[in-house]
Amino acid sequence: MNPIASIYSPLRQRNQRAKHIAIVWLLFAIWPFAVGNNYVLSLGIFFFINLLLLGGLNLAMGYGGQISLCQAGFFGMGAYVSGALSTHWGVTPALGAVAAMAGAALSAFVIGLPALRLRGHYLSMATLGFNAILSVLFNELVTVTGGPNGLSGIPPMSFFSFSFDTPERFFWLAWMAGLVMMLLLASLLASRAGRALRAVAGSEVAADSMGINPFSSKLAAFVASAVSAGLAGSLYCHFNQYASPETFSFSASVLLVVMVAIGGWGHFWGPVCGAAMFTAMPELLRRVQDAELFVFGVCMVLVMLFLPGGIASIAERFIKMRALAKAKRSEKVSRHGIV
Amino acid sequence: MDQLPNLLLAGISTASVYALVALGFNVIFKSTGAINFAQGEWVMMGGMVAATAFAANAPLGLAVVCSVVVVVVFAMSSERFIVRGLRVQSPLTVTLVMIAVAICFKSLVMMVLGKNPTALPSFSGDSPIVIGVLRIHPQTLWIILTCAVVMISAHWFFERTVLGRAMRAVAAQPEAAALCGIEPRMAMALSFGLAAAFGAIAGIVITPLTLTSFDHGTVLGFKGFSAAMLGGLGSLQGALVGGLLLGLLEALSGGYLSSHFKDAVAFVALLATLFFRPSGLLGRHSVERV
Repeated sequence: MNPIASIYSPLRQRNQRAKHIAIVWLLFAIWPFAVGNNYVLSLGIFFFINLLLLGGLNLAMGYGGQISLCQAGFFGMGAYVSGALSTHWGVTPALGAVAAMAGAALSAFVIGLPALRLRGHYLSMATLGFNAILSVLFNELVTVTGGPNGLSGIPPMSFFSFSFDTPERFFWLAWMAGLVMMLLLASLLASRAGRALRAVAGSEVAADSMGINPFSSKLAAFVASAVSAGLAGSLYCHFNQYASPETFSFSASVLLVVMVAIGGWGHFWGPVCGAAMFTAMPELLRRVQDAELFVFGVCMVLVMLFLPGGIASIAERFIKMRALAKAKRSEKVSRHGIV
Repeated sequence: MDQLPNLLLAGISTASVYALVALGFNVIFKSTGAINFAQGEWVMMGGMVAATAFAANAPLGLAVVCSVVVVVVFAMSSERFIVRGLRVQSPLTVTLVMIAVAICFKSLVMMVLGKNPTALPSFSGDSPIVIGVLRIHPQTLWIILTCAVVMISAHWFFERTVLGRAMRAVAAQPEAAALCGIEPRMAMALSFGLAAAFGAIAGIVITPLTLTSFDHGTVLGFKGFSAAMLGGLGSLQGALVGGLLLGLLEALSGGYLSSHFKDAVAFVALLATLFFRPSGLLGRHSVERV
């Protein structure tokens, strides 16, 4: 078998990714024991929430080629559905999380049905416009969302009688959610649906002529990205116990798209790098105060200028180079054998 | 019914600003295929720099010129040192890098010029001109007049001058234009300069009415982007039509329905337009080649 081909075999790639995920998540598990205080621990939780947001977005954008500028809107949808259900109507948060995902999926379906027929910038505009509409609703439906003051007094996440009310407990929930998403993503990408999605991103016409329905493929990816954002929203509001509309504005959506690019557009590990940067940067830059935003912007520009494939491309490039070198070496050996 | 003429007037004045911002979007879209998210920041910078210069006792005319020059210089250097430095200049990478540049501009203004809202005086007094039920603030007239002048001169530039035609040639066919002796890079640099100038002018004329601060740019840029989309990306007339529609819709829905939901009404209309005419009102359908 051609050694290069075997590197790219989807099933082998999936198994290898699952192995890598297991190792990385074991390393992440050290976090609660390594850090001293609850604040730093909660950064770990926000990392997983950002990972859910960026991972979903990377599926629709990086693999599906559909630029969605509504991820923060779906994030808010999840947060408000889950938060309002449990705060106003006493629905148990675990059920609220399911409702959050369903709500985000439903709104993505409704907007995706017409929007995904648009191309390029018109698609981004339609999703951006939808986010703006959602923002207005979050601000104005005061009885449900609490309006501009935000929704406060959201109860902590609980599962039957077990309550995830401390950061230590919540960390494992977020850790688990991130793990499940990454594993699902790995197997999705190896499946027919995942490969079909990548074919659509490559060329819709070509995919169409090979028996793939590009529209339903794109719609499915878009809805899946919203579900991931909905879950992130539910986790966010039950951990933070507060949600305010500006977290879910269109500017946040734009920023999320940039973070996907910084992490690595269409790289499997891109969202992990992006989420790490997105979570850590504000903390690292707190010392420079007013210049925080400026340094953040300059860093983004630098990454795009000098690392066009994003942060994840460093590791991926290295791994590919090693695999190729190994393949070459084994080829040499076999040739020597014949001689 | 007294309300209607005044609402229409307010709508037209907002529309003029949106059209100017949309014009900037379209110029850069034509030359790079990208959505320039920094356009709104240039509008804000125009207002902020002019207000600061005026506060430092510069005469109004000098403050205006000064502000346009500063914004154009910043915009063109971002093109020269950042956009041109990209290894792959696809519409997507340019769009993404301009988002980052927009963040830089916004925070730079915040650090250098401060966080407080700043004002400019109206260009010709504050006493309203009353015609029947109409009460016209003189600055409104300035806004509408400026928009008209800029629009007409932009049209003249792109249709009649050699430079403007050269830019259109590059937008249509970069290689063919290069073979005819037009430097495509020059066209790109120039488009950034022009877009920044349009943005700065828009920012300066609205500042007397609305004040300005470092965080005003994002929303304005977003509205201009919507107007450009509504009219059809890359079309000069589209910017005007889109801006006009969006401004009037906002004013009317704000006046008759609810000021809280006016943004939502505008965007619902925008989405509806996109779904029935996927390339905007005046945009042309692009055919994808296999």
